[in-house]
Amino acid sequence: MVAKTSNPLVRVSHLNKSYGNITALLDVSLDIYAGEILAIVGDNGAGKSTLIKMLAGVVKPDSGYIKVREQTYPYLSPTKAIHLGISTVYQDLALVDCRDVVSNIFLGRELVYGGLMVDRRRMEKQARQVLDKLQINIPSLKTPVGLLSGGQRQGVAVARAIIQGGNVIIFDEPTAAMGVQESAKVIRLMQELARAGMAVVVISHNLHHVFEIAERICVLRHGQIVAVCKASDYQPNQIVELIMGVTPITTDGIGVQKDAAN
Amino acid sequence: MQQIKRWLWSWNEQFSQILLGLILIIMAVLLHHASPFFMTWDNWRNILDQSALLVIVSLGMTFVICTSGIDLSVGAIAALSGVCMALAMHAGLSVELSICLGLAAGAAVGVFNGLLIAKLNLSPFIVTLAAMSVTRGIALILTKGIPIYGFPVNFTWWGSGHIGSLNPPILMAVLLGLLAALVLNRTKLGYYTLALGGNEEALRRSGVAHKTYKTIVYTISGLTAAVGGLVITARLNTAEPLAGWMLELDAIAAVVLGGTDMKGGRGSITGTIMACLLLGMLRNGLTILNIPSYYQQLTIGLIILAAIIISELRLRNAPGHGTITKED
Ligand SMILES: Nc1ncnc2c1ncn2[C@@H]1O[C@H](COP(=O)(O)OP(=O)(O)OP(=O)(O)O)[C@@H](O)[C@H]1O
Ligand SMILES: [Mg+2]
Repeated sequence: MVAKTSNPLVRVSHLNKSYGNITALLDVSLDIYAGEILAIVGDNGAGKSTLIKMLAGVVKPDSGYIKVREQTYPYLSPTKAIHLGISTVYQDLALVDCRDVVSNIFLGRELVYGGLMVDRRRMEKQARQVLDKLQINIPSLKTPVGLLSGGQRQGVAVARAIIQGGNVIIFDEPTAAMGVQESAKVIRLMQELARAGMAVVVISHNLHHVFEIAERICVLRHGQIVAVCKASDYQPNQIVELIMGVTPITTDGIGVQKDAAN
Repeated sequence: MQQIKRWLWSWNEQFSQILLGLILIIMAVLLHHASPFFMTWDNWRNILDQSALLVIVSLGMTFVICTSGIDLSVGAIAALSGVCMALAMHAGLSVELSICLGLAAGAAVGVFNGLLIAKLNLSPFIVTLAAMSVTRGIALILTKGIPIYGFPVNFTWWGSGHIGSLNPPILMAVLLGLLAALVLNRTKLGYYTLALGGNEEALRRSGVAHKTYKTIVYTISGLTAAVGGLVITARLNTAEPLAGWMLELDAIAAVVLGGTDMKGGRGSITGTIMACLLLGMLRNGLTILNIPSYYQQLTIGLIILAAIIISELRLRNAPGHGTITKED
């Protein structure tokens, strides 16, 4: 389906954030649609993680607002974001290394019986199901995640986002530590999620992946959106130029427009 | 490879308890050979009785240390809650109500600690150090520094009564121990306690009210310390403003000896209880052998030092700390 004809599921508007005299985000506005994969690209320090952390409620914007399903919020808290159906796989994964796989996957959403006791067996069963679906191989769910490989850890973080069951799923470089096969699985998962009607936002430095899956690409540079474009209209090298700021900033009428900066 | 690592790890998890168990047995055998009196039921009831107070207070301390915190105010809380119970009884309130008031006073100090540490993000060491002084100070002011004594029999029963051949402190220690193990290992509160010590930021991002849970943990510690105050006061039939002096250090020692990681995220109620028994047995043994008390102090200090060194070496390359940056 064509994304821009429907209402956005999430809209961020005029978001600003600075840390001291570092401007992490400057007047960023972006729409996110159901059933679509949106890629956010940009150099290191461009503000990608800062932007998605605002969606996840982890970072408070200095100004601007976030609109979810026609409701406007000046900022979100993690609890609120998860409640609104926004789940995030963080760049740093946000895992508790000394706790086991099951506790990490269900962190904050533990299944209980009698309203009190954690239901290990049911959690293990569901965790196994999700990991199997992701085809992530973890021999024992009782392993502390600190002992897992980088790819397995990312798998656990992805599984947690799936278990949270939102309809907006944000991936901050989810395949950075994964091998070719594992990355392919996560990419397939993102496509499945989008096909099931969820909004998928993915941050990646791998333009090959980006062009493989994304319908729209949002390019950030120095905290500003320099372009939001349809992937099919662009070549990877054009995006690279946008990321690096070689070519003047272009807008193509899709998503939010930006004036030339500098 | 992963299996081997995991196996090593799970053995590692049990390591403290196994080691403690071995030391307990070896010590018991040695003491049995040194003195025939040691292995009598009377002596063992004495050891259990002596250890009960430490067990109760250390249970709350285990929760706190699991969050990578510390509570230095437990000894002072024990004194304050005892003093509150005494004053309430002498003011004519019923024993039950007085006990409740004393426990509430302890819990209140815990809430106070928890709020300062969790909401204002202050260091647990500093906050509870200050709370220790403030709480002890209040206990001294309330009593004008003079011990209060003479309570109804149904109050002193809590310290020296009989239930079968055991007494209430031992039974309370057993029941609270079971409850603590259940809570730490099987409830959300326990899961979050350990996650607070492992990676608080991850807990926050998962949408958990992490500050509330942290406050609850310090409240639990205040409450167990207050139960300790009940035991001391009832046993001595005296409310001493200086009761529970240095109790916090014994409790911290027991928790660390029991294998709970000072850096948080990993802890064992069983280990804590075994460590309390070990310390109790050691004191008892050294007394039976007529070893002067200043040697006891030295021995216990050395054992704690050894325990910390072992636990530090053992956990040095364990997962859980320093591998996750809080911000990317
Ligand atoms: N908590 C913070 N305190 C201070 N500065 C910060 C903080 N978080 C981010 N920044 C700064 O904000 C800018 C944007 O950071 P951000 O993490 O969003 O970049 P990014 O696009 O995700 O980069 P990368 O590709 O390396 O992950 C950087 O200059 C960074 O140093
Ligand atoms: Mg980033």
